[in-house]
Amino acid sequence: MRTLLFLLRKEFLQIFRNKLILRMIFALPVIQLILLPNAATYEVKNITFSVVDHDHSEYSRKLINEFTASGYFQLNDYSKSYDQALDQVEKDKTDLIVEIPAGFERELIRQNESMIFFAANAISGQTAGLAVAYANSIIRDYSNNIRAEWISMPRLSAIPTIEITSSNWFNPQMNYKKFIVPGVLALLVTLVGFLMSSLNIVKEKEIGTIEQLNVSPIKKYQFILSKLIPFWFLGLMVLSIGFVISFIMYGLYPVGSFWVGYLFAGIYLIALLGFGLLTSIYAETQQQAMFIAYFFMLIFILLGGLFSPIENMPDWAQYLTYVNPVRYLIEAMRMLVLKGSSFWDLRYHFLIITAFAFVFNGLAIWNYKKTV
Amino acid sequence: MKSVELENIVKTYAAEKSIVTAVDNVSFSVEEGELFGLIGPDGAGKTSIFRILTTLLLADKGDAKVLGYDVVTHYKKIRDIVGYMPGRFSLYQDLTVEENLNFFATIFNTTIQENYDLVADIYRQLEPFKTRRAGKLSGGMKQKLALSCALIHKPKILFLDEPTTGVDPVSRKEFWDMLKRLKAQGITILVSTPYMDEAKLCDRIALMQNGKILQIDTPPNIVNKFGKNLYAVHSENMFQLLIDLRTFQQTASCFAFGQNHHLTLTEDPLSITELEEYLKSTNHLNTTITKIEPEIEDCFMQLMKSPSPKEIIQ
Repeated sequence: MRTLLFLLRKEFLQIFRNKLILRMIFALPVIQLILLPNAATYEVKNITFSVVDHDHSEYSRKLINEFTASGYFQLNDYSKSYDQALDQVEKDKTDLIVEIPAGFERELIRQNESMIFFAANAISGQTAGLAVAYANSIIRDYSNNIRAEWISMPRLSAIPTIEITSSNWFNPQMNYKKFIVPGVLALLVTLVGFLMSSLNIVKEKEIGTIEQLNVSPIKKYQFILSKLIPFWFLGLMVLSIGFVISFIMYGLYPVGSFWVGYLFAGIYLIALLGFGLLTSIYAETQQQAMFIAYFFMLIFILLGGLFSPIENMPDWAQYLTYVNPVRYLIEAMRMLVLKGSSFWDLRYHFLIITAFAFVFNGLAIWNYKKTV
Repeated sequence: MKSVELENIVKTYAAEKSIVTAVDNVSFSVEEGELFGLIGPDGAGKTSIFRILTTLLLADKGDAKVLGYDVVTHYKKIRDIVGYMPGRFSLYQDLTVEENLNFFATIFNTTIQENYDLVADIYRQLEPFKTRRAGKLSGGMKQKLALSCALIHKPKILFLDEPTTGVDPVSRKEFWDMLKRLKAQGITILVSTPYMDEAKLCDRIALMQNGKILQIDTPPNIVNKFGKNLYAVHSENMFQLLIDLRTFQQTASCFAFGQNHHLTLTEDPLSITELEEYLKSTNHLNTTITKIEPEIEDCFMQLMKSPSPKEIIQ
């Protein structure tokens, strides 16, 4: 026990002496939490559109007003013909063409229906899809408004309609930042827990100090614990800084219990530290460790549902994510921060991450030899 | 009791498509309180032997004991009582001199104060720099710190793997003086070095090459076993002289050796006059031939050339 304390003292001494790493530990959560949620957003704003109005009627002007007033669209120009509008698309000036045929108003009044033509620039599928979706909803509102106008006139009887409205739970405004901030918190914990721990042990190998430690009465468990405990603390510290910043920046704080969050992150860190230890056993140099760690980190994070939802992945990829510890932390963080899940709601996540902790650490201890 | 005993130790490494035998059936023993040197060029197998004895490496075959403890079954006991200084400087460069020493003392459950007298000689020279980081020390200072760290838990036996490689001549001499003082305190020391001039500072040495031991004896005995007259030959054109000496019929061996060429002859001393005649005929200027006492290096060169007794039997 006394030996472990001395080992820990040495580790902390080395960590606190490494000014660059120390600064990084503080800078990392600040910069990532400011940068990523603001940059990586799926909301598409400022879609530009061109109007080809062949009708020039009151109703067509109303329709165009609906578009510009929606806040999603910005009018690029009034084109004389479809070809002229297409030219604007080719110049990348406009995303959507709205063509209103001649006799739009007349048809609408006489036949009760009329046609509009949309063409979206699908170079960016995301923008095109959203542009059409927004446009559709504007048209729907528009036709409802007209209908309401006409219904109020007694010449038509009331038509029963079913209207579907949806409300988004736990994130009412569908704010993408709220979706990504808990994920970034998970990313930070992973970075410190996995990358830093594996590099630290390999460093002892690289500079040869591990040989001196091996020819000493230090026990295996003492050495391993002395390597894992400092990064366990650092990981939780980074998480705390992350919580503070996400509150200041985005007003986000766990709706659920902080303690459940820390407990989960604590167990998760044990699992990842074990994985870092396992990496360091096979790597001989920091360069190798870095590359192995980077390889796994990239897969873990991209398959962890940080940016793209796991539900959107093909089946085989979804099965892969079951063995990805990062997935569980991201999920747990989102459930905790947005939904306010309790320990009982997260029981399966706890169970799985505890299993990860046992498997990774078991493998690491099994493979770690004091002889070189 | 012998401090170190090795019996038929074999260690092989798997290299690409072949197997390299690093230690080939090596047996020797070191007496208590002895300063024993493993002398040989790089790749002779010295480091492998050190690592087997310090329980860092498992031998393929053979038995090894340190202070009576088997290196495989009682490795924990051995780790308590040996001091090991690896060939490469391997202390924490980001910790200060004092922190390093303190750390190595505490992991052996002792303190600097407890064993200060043992390292006092060496550590006193380091004390002015005790708040300096180990990475910022000079080469000689680093070696002194490494030795202090290996000594701080008062080991009964000290393993020093090439402690003076890459250290300036003055520091090397100081280092060997320190070893002598440690030996006087009763610590058994096993040291390896590629420098032949350091060999004669040991009580006994083992000359090693390609994983085999060529000879084990005291340095004077090894020199005595040389058994031939050795001549130092010098002329103005040393390169041509080497070629000419090697083509001379009665030359047994000839090596470039600092200022001179060291030469042994097959029919000594009969052919010495023939040699003088021969050198005259080859137009060498200012030729001198002097009989000299052989050194360890001459013995080593001779042993390298001649097949070992075992190979003759086989």
